[in-house]
Amino acid sequence: MMNILVCVKQVPDTTEIRIDPVSNTLIREGVPSIVNPFDGYALEAAARIKDRHPDTRIVVMSMGPEQAKSALKECLAIAADKAYLVSGRMFGGSDTLATSYILSQAVKKIQEKEAVHFDAIFCGKQAIDGDTAQVGPEIAEHLNYPQVTYGLEAEADGNLLKVKKETEDGAMIVGVRMPCVVTFTKPAFDPRYPTIKRKMAANRAEIPTLGEDEFPDIDRARIGLKGSPTHVKKTFVPQKKTGGIKIKEETDAASAKKMFQILSDAAVI
Amino acid sequence: MEAKTKDVWVFIETDEEGKARNVGLELLSPGKMMAEKQGGMLGAAVIGNHIEPAIASAGCHGADIIYAVEGEEYQQYSTDAYADAVCRLVQKYGPASMMIGATNNGRDLAPRVSCRLKTGLTADCTGLDIDEETGNVAWTRPAFGGNLMATIICPDHRPQIGTVRPGVFKKSEPQENTAEVICEDIHMDPKNIRTRVLEVINEMENDQVDLEGADIIVSGGRGVGGPEGFAPVRQLAEELGAAVGASRAAVDSGWISHSHQVGQTGKTVAPKLYIACGISGAIQHLAGMSGSKTIVAINKDPDAPIFGAADYGIVGDLFAVLPVLTEEIKKAKNR
Repeated sequence: MMNILVCVKQVPDTTEIRIDPVSNTLIREGVPSIVNPFDGYALEAAARIKDRHPDTRIVVMSMGPEQAKSALKECLAIAADKAYLVSGRMFGGSDTLATSYILSQAVKKIQEKEAVHFDAIFCGKQAIDGDTAQVGPEIAEHLNYPQVTYGLEAEADGNLLKVKKETEDGAMIVGVRMPCVVTFTKPAFDPRYPTIKRKMAANRAEIPTLGEDEFPDIDRARIGLKGSPTHVKKTFVPQKKTGGIKIKEETDAASAKKMFQILSDAAVI
Repeated sequence: MEAKTKDVWVFIETDEEGKARNVGLELLSPGKMMAEKQGGMLGAAVIGNHIEPAIASAGCHGADIIYAVEGEEYQQYSTDAYADAVCRLVQKYGPASMMIGATNNGRDLAPRVSCRLKTGLTADCTGLDIDEETGNVAWTRPAFGGNLMATIICPDHRPQIGTVRPGVFKKSEPQENTAEVICEDIHMDPKNIRTRVLEVINEMENDQVDLEGADIIVSGGRGVGGPEGFAPVRQLAEELGAAVGASRAAVDSGWISHSHQVGQTGKTVAPKLYIACGISGAIQHLAGMSGSKTIVAINKDPDAPIFGAADYGIVGDLFAVLPVLTEEIKKAKNR
């Protein structure tokens, strides 16, 4: 029997984010919150293991405010058996190093509560709001686990997890000793949708919150804004290219000829 | 840890033949600028097996000191062996900052190293500078799917580490190699490497695509309408010796494989010429290709956001435009 912990993050749907043209800032109002798509692939990979080995148990955890429970409910509806929220004021403002430290402590805490030892921790390759791809490998480092990144699918084989991973030239299968951390990217198949029955069960599910008091031994110098080595100095909206030439001749063929002329004059082709 | 020097380091990723991957050599260019501003040396950490070619290239492209770690256990990349070697080098020589190319392996290695050294890491940078007041590295990177840029500093921890996207900086012209080479004897018992490559699956022969290495990319999006709609895109690509790319919409529709996808959930590319055909220009797509030198867009919709990113645009039907453009290029070649 395999125990898998899937780490998920609730993120704003970045496809819906717009820039306020006057203030040049992000418009966050009305932007829906979703389960980070890469975390969805991680959950799907766990679910596929459970399809083949029904005694697999999948636990999900997320760090964030109370609202993040809706993301956890979605995971319960899709495939997870149990969910935990890690939430506390002192965790706010953490960069990836501090976040991964907190999450590694949370892994230990959940193992205690569940009285299990997770064989594998699955994460999304990166979150679409921060795009850092750091938290998964950093959790692995804090726990001194081996890691595989850019995973597509996984299958257990004894104490080895066989992970198909994406490479720049195609793919490879890597065997990694468990316990391990695997981060997942987008596979060729679509993740499953929740069933109505699971959705209703998820809505009723109790999601325990692991608050600050659950972590009496955490090193406070290593969490939150103060425990974060990196700081955001400034943010700005990227400059759009201006002065692009738009061609619209009488016919598309004439436009194509003009484009060819411009590109060859500019020595681009 | 404390920095022992003002040196700037670049991690030089090697391939299985011991040659340097391009991104490491590219990073020596901004590395030189940063080392000069800080009054330090430019170091290159080269790890692999039979790495003479990579050591020579690092020297020709500006490294002052090369820290070489060689061994059979480094023939193929592994997180365990590489993270150990990089951390030991850093702990011994104490550079002030280190840059790592944001390749798949670089993004696997960097968080492991920074976490072990308990220092900060900035991912996927597209801009680098030295903050005048404090002398810290100012790492600039896109966030929120490219909607926002953020400049990150790591004021109190050393080394400051960042991964930098391939193709953002240009390799310098090769020059006289005056680099000092320091060979470090760092080894890991293969028993302690906890991962093993069991099988390498290369893409289907006829579907191989090297988007990151391509000088020209011709990409198709929703506007191509179906798998057969990629035919004029492929014909233009063939005439130009270009790679074929695609937007997420085309990949998600199953018209072309994911290995062709450019954008946030696909590849990040920076070719000399990028031709976007029937691609509307969602911010996630722009995030993957806006570093291209020249961008050409062909789209029926005059208001498509892709035109905001393009240097040259044609408002028109790609099925009418592409064959003529392909024909013109063919004619010019035969002249």
